[in-house]
Amino acid sequence: MEFTLWDILRNLMLAARWTLLLSVVAFATGGVAGLAVLLARIAARPWLRRPAELYIGAFQGTPLLMQLFLVFFGLPLLGLRIEAWSAASVALTLCASAFLAEIWRGGVEAIPRGQWEGAASLGLHYVAQLRLIILPQAFSITRAPTVGFLVQLVKSTALTSIIGFDELMRAANAINNATFAPFTVYGFVALIYFCICYPLTRYSRMLERSAARTR
Amino acid sequence: MDYRLDFGWLGDAVWLIVGGALMTIFLIVVSAVLGTLISVVGAAGRRSRIAALRSAVAYYVELIRNTPFLAQLFFIYFGLPSLDLRLDPVVSAVAAMTINLAAYGIEIVGAGLDAVPTGQREAARALGLRPAQVFVKIVLPQALKVIFPALTSQIVITMLESAAVSQIAVRDLTYEADMLQAKTFRAFETYLVVTIIYLAMSVALRRLMIAGDRRFLPARIR
Repeated sequence: MEFTLWDILRNLMLAARWTLLLSVVAFATGGVAGLAVLLARIAARPWLRRPAELYIGAFQGTPLLMQLFLVFFGLPLLGLRIEAWSAASVALTLCASAFLAEIWRGGVEAIPRGQWEGAASLGLHYVAQLRLIILPQAFSITRAPTVGFLVQLVKSTALTSIIGFDELMRAANAINNATFAPFTVYGFVALIYFCICYPLTRYSRMLERSAARTR
Repeated sequence: MDYRLDFGWLGDAVWLIVGGALMTIFLIVVSAVLGTLISVVGAAGRRSRIAALRSAVAYYVELIRNTPFLAQLFFIYFGLPSLDLRLDPVVSAVAAMTINLAAYGIEIVGAGLDAVPTGQREAARALGLRPAQVFVKIVLPQALKVIFPALTSQIVITMLESAAVSQIAVRDLTYEADMLQAKTFRAFETYLVVTIIYLAMSVALRRLMIAGDRRFLPARIR
């Protein structure tokens, strides 16, 4: 069977849909879980804060590939049926939650003390202080690194090919085995990732600049 | 749930794991040194008077930062032989890690160079130092001091990403874990042990870099 350049590119782009879907799912679920980790991380009570610190440290201090393997081989031990897709999305969600919590914590800590005190003096309780005063500002000043992390996440999805999830990288390996044209195939792969990531990088930089202006 | 964790295989596997960890350490040491050197040269190039050089460095940084490490690794190991450039797995791994680290390092070092006050440069020139001496003796040490935490983080990240080089059969820590779990059928336990080793290595690397910073770099000038 003959593969034209267009065949290679078309099949890679079809597989890239899974890269995009996994990135979006992991970013969304990781964002929700990351909010929970953030709340624990900034809590005053040590029994909430310490586990959150450990959680973040564990995910930032180990390779994502190991995290993928542990989820892929670990969840079945708990009696859960699991395929590559679920393992990939669970592992990336956990990892994203740790990184996003840490990014947003930086935002929360950058909020001046007076904002907390002002909110408290208005009679707001802790949850309302966070919801109305602190978190909106913290999210707003960490918008650029959050988008920057999304770029990292998109690139990270390439590792899920190793546990057998059929995204762009795994499709590339399969096409490479059929065509013996690694230069073209991996060149296109890099190009497709670049086309996904570069606009996000630009957007992140734009946010950074506008944040620097308003400050 | 009737699965019991079993670490009985660990006794026979210790030396394989140590060997893998040594390979991982070797890879990160070589690529951290090369990557930092290229970062300094690249950051200087990014600020040079030659426009072509400036944009070449910018293209390199954008290209690497916006593509996955695994794709870079496969391109070097599988793709480059089409251009008659055949690298063995370890060399490919070091090349990919160095190229990747340097793309982030150039931005980091650059930020440090910009943070050194112009007065430092002018004073050094006034003392009669040549431009090259000003850069190496005055500007660079101060810049390194400022960027050391960020550079340390990036080196740790590169070490963690190096787990992917097992995919081109470099016998690093992850590769040995893959082989072990295929033999023992204790995949979860194997990867758990290796993950903890990676965690210990990243903590140790961070501590070592901080100690080196205190020992060898000058106090920060404010």
